[in-house]
Formats: sequence, structure tokens, C-alpha cells
Amino acid sequence: MNAIETLHLTKRYGPKTAVDSLCLHVENGELFALLGVNGAGKTTTIRMLSCLVRPTSGDALILGGSVLTSPETVKRRISVSPQETAVAQNLTVVENLELMAGIYGLLDRKKRAQQVVKELGLEEIVENKAKVLSGGWQRRLSIAMALITEPEVLFLDEPTLGLDVLARRELWEVIRALRGRTTVVLTTHYLEEAEALSDHVGIMAAGRLQAVGTPEELKQRAGTSDFEEAFICLASEKGAA
Amino acid sequence: MGSFSVRNTKEILRDPINMAFGLGFPIALLLLLTAIQANVPVEVFPVERLTPGIAMFGLSFVSLFSATLIAKDRSTAFLTRLLSSPLTARDFILGYTLPLLPMCLIQSVVCYVTGFCLGLRPGWTVLAALAALIPSNIFFISLGFLCGSLFNDKQVGGICGALLTNMAALLSGTWFDLEMVGGPFLRVAEVLPFVHAVDAGRVALSGDWSNMVLNLLWTTGWAFVALTASIAVFRGKMRR
Repeated sequence: MNAIETLHLTKRYGPKTAVDSLCLHVENGELFALLGVNGAGKTTTIRMLSCLVRPTSGDALILGGSVLTSPETVKRRISVSPQETAVAQNLTVVENLELMAGIYGLLDRKKRAQQVVKELGLEEIVENKAKVLSGGWQRRLSIAMALITEPEVLFLDEPTLGLDVLARRELWEVIRALRGRTTVVLTTHYLEEAEALSDHVGIMAAGRLQAVGTPEELKQRAGTSDFEEAFICLASEKGAA
Repeated sequence: MGSFSVRNTKEILRDPINMAFGLGFPIALLLLLTAIQANVPVEVFPVERLTPGIAMFGLSFVSLFSATLIAKDRSTAFLTRLLSSPLTARDFILGYTLPLLPMCLIQSVVCYVTGFCLGLRPGWTVLAALAALIPSNIFFISLGFLCGSLFNDKQVGGICGALLTNMAALLSGTWFDLEMVGGPFLRVAEVLPFVHAVDAGRVALSGDWSNMVLNLLWTTGWAFVALTASIAVFRGKMRR
């Protein structure tokens, strides 16, 4: 069953087409990476799928619900970790987590907050205000705020941007643990991250989907054993997937 | 909506600048101007005229708090996160505005309690003066909501922190009688809500109800306009 299905999803800003007739599907419980150079349309796609931006034409179905006609239903079942760190600066770590739990109507918000604190290793900073945390800790908190609601579909926009190598690897484990129970769509510029984590990868260029497949399939299609070479080859290829 | 409004309350109360300006500055002004009054032979700042004026002026800082909070949320990805959550437009509007109502009330009460310490006679008319500020509370909160929805946090500092506070001070008749200036200045002041908000408080405090209705209608009208405009602008921004 598809968790996400886009139907000629298009977004135009004046004369510029940010996303051009995107058709893709993501299966339930899989980890899907969306790759592309800057301006390829990845973030706009995530913003449309998470009901933040209204498509100019086309539609997207998230767990069967349309982002156009039933955004309220969709929003209850998804969670987003935006590209920039998204935390309430004057609230403590645990208050930030409980805030999100409260907004999504979770009844056992304190218990759930403690679970997420443990899962993401936030114990040592749990009573610190977000504004005094380092960039890495803020990023981890931001992702924890997306996870606390136990979303069925999770959008991670550049989740490991600005993290050091160790923190990135720790976060990979958190993301891997979601496989099977949560559908994850992530955008990233780190190709090794996409290759290591993803079941399927979509490559976007100039608003169009150039190629979709498993990392192995994409390497075969590009005729190389190196994923970065495959990305460069497919991202600059003319024509759609 | 409850969790969101609690968060907004905490964000505002935990900012020491908000507390200093919201409560400290109006009290300091009352003390300073009463000290000046004690040393001049003519009646310039009688406490029963000064207190309603400072109570209204203090509310302009609430606009600044409200606008700054919303503008900061807009400038960071935090609002992106909230907009992708199940919060509705109604939740956002109530969540941003409702926590400020008790803050307005507390600020006004603190002003009047300071007034009592400086010689203002306590009485039930003080309750009427506080009630007369309710439309002004809504006006200033809505104006902050509107500015926060339209401008970034730096622009908000200039518009609400400088322009609005100066307008509320100069065009309200708190510091000087507007009739003394007259002309276009007086006409502009009479169109705007500030002087009517102060006059509503003054007549309520004096127990003279005859002039209260018009002043209250005027401030209520402005509150309605500001509230409607802020809701329309915020909803428009949400739909993008």
C-alpha cells in the first residue's frame, strides 16, 4: 500500500516552475530519500506534501487523504522536521517536547516526552532552555519534536545538516529504527546518507523527477558502482524517470 | 490550543526585557512624573489624570510583546512546524492573543495600585476605569498580532517599539492637553483611539458617565477594526 502518492504535483511561483508534474509513490513503512542539487524542488515538494504550500495543480494523497481537500486529516497523521532548527527558544527541552505532544492531543505527554528523551539521548540537556543549546543539540531536539507525535509519515528536510560525524551516525540509527513502522521521506545533500538509509531514492533536477529506484538500481542505470557518480549522471540526464 | 497558548505565555514572561518594559517602565513613569508634580506649583500631572494615561500607554508595550513573538516565530522554522501541525487558524489566533489579556489586566492593575501609593483614592470607580480599558486591551493586542503577521522582528521593533509607543504617548493627552496644540494635531488625535481610551478611563475614574459612552464606542470601533484586520492578514499568510 502506498503511504504517499503524488498526481502530477506542480508548484509555480510566477514564471518559475519549482516542481513540475511530479508523479511518485512511496510505500508504507519505507524510507525514501529525495536528492537533488540546490533549487531542484525537494523542499517545495516536502512543503506541498506537508500541507504548508498549496500546489498550483495536481494533488498528493497522504495515507489516502488529499493535501488539497483534507489537509486537516493529513496534518494529524504526519510530522515535519524543517530544514532549519524549529524549536521554541525560551522553553526547556522537555517543555518543547510536551508542547508538541499537547498540540497533537497526546494524553500521556509526560511519559511520551520521557521516552523520546531516552530514544534521542537528550537526558543531559532535558531541563536546559533551547536557546542555550549548541546547534547540534538544537537539531536533535527539533527532530525529537517531530518524533514525539508518533507520526505515520515523517518528513525530514536535511535532518543531519550541521551535525558532526558522530551525531550524524547516531541520528542514522534513530532513523533506521523507524523503518517498517513509519514512512520516512528525507531530503539530504549527503549522498552516503541517502545510500546508507534509503529503501528508494528519487533524484530531482529543475523541478522534475529524473530517476527513482533503489541505490543499487540507480547505480546500475548509470553504469557505475559509485553512488555519487550515479547521482551526477542521473541528475544531469535529460528527460524524466 | 491550550498547549500553544501556554507556550506563548512562557515565551513572553521569560523574556526579562518584556517584564522590565511591561511593568517597570509604566511604574517608573508614574513615580517620575508624580515627583515632578510635587516640585512644581501648578497642577501638571495630577495622579487621577496621570494614572489612566499611563495605564493606556503601558498597553502599547503589549503590542510590542505580541508582535515580536509572532514575527520571531515567522522568521524561524518554528512557525513552519506549527503550520504543519493540526493547529487551525482559530487555534493560532486565540493562542497568540488570549495569553495577553490577563497580562494587560495585570499591567493596568499594577498601574492603579502604584497610583494608590501616590495618592489616588481607591474606590469602585477604579474597577470601572479598568473595565473601560478592555476595548483598548483588544486594540493593542490585535495591533501587535497584525504587525507581527506583516513585519519581521526588526521592523516590529521600529513600528511597535518606537512609532506606536510614541503615538500612544503624544496623541493621548497623557502628558499635555491636546487643545493646547490644536489644529491638525488635535484632529488626528481625535480620530485615533489613544485619547479616547485615556478619556474613557478618566471619566470612569471620576464617576462622570455622560462622556464615557462615546469614548468607549470609539475605542471599541478601533478594536474591532484592528482585530478584523489582524485575523484577515494572518489567515491570508497561512493560506500561501
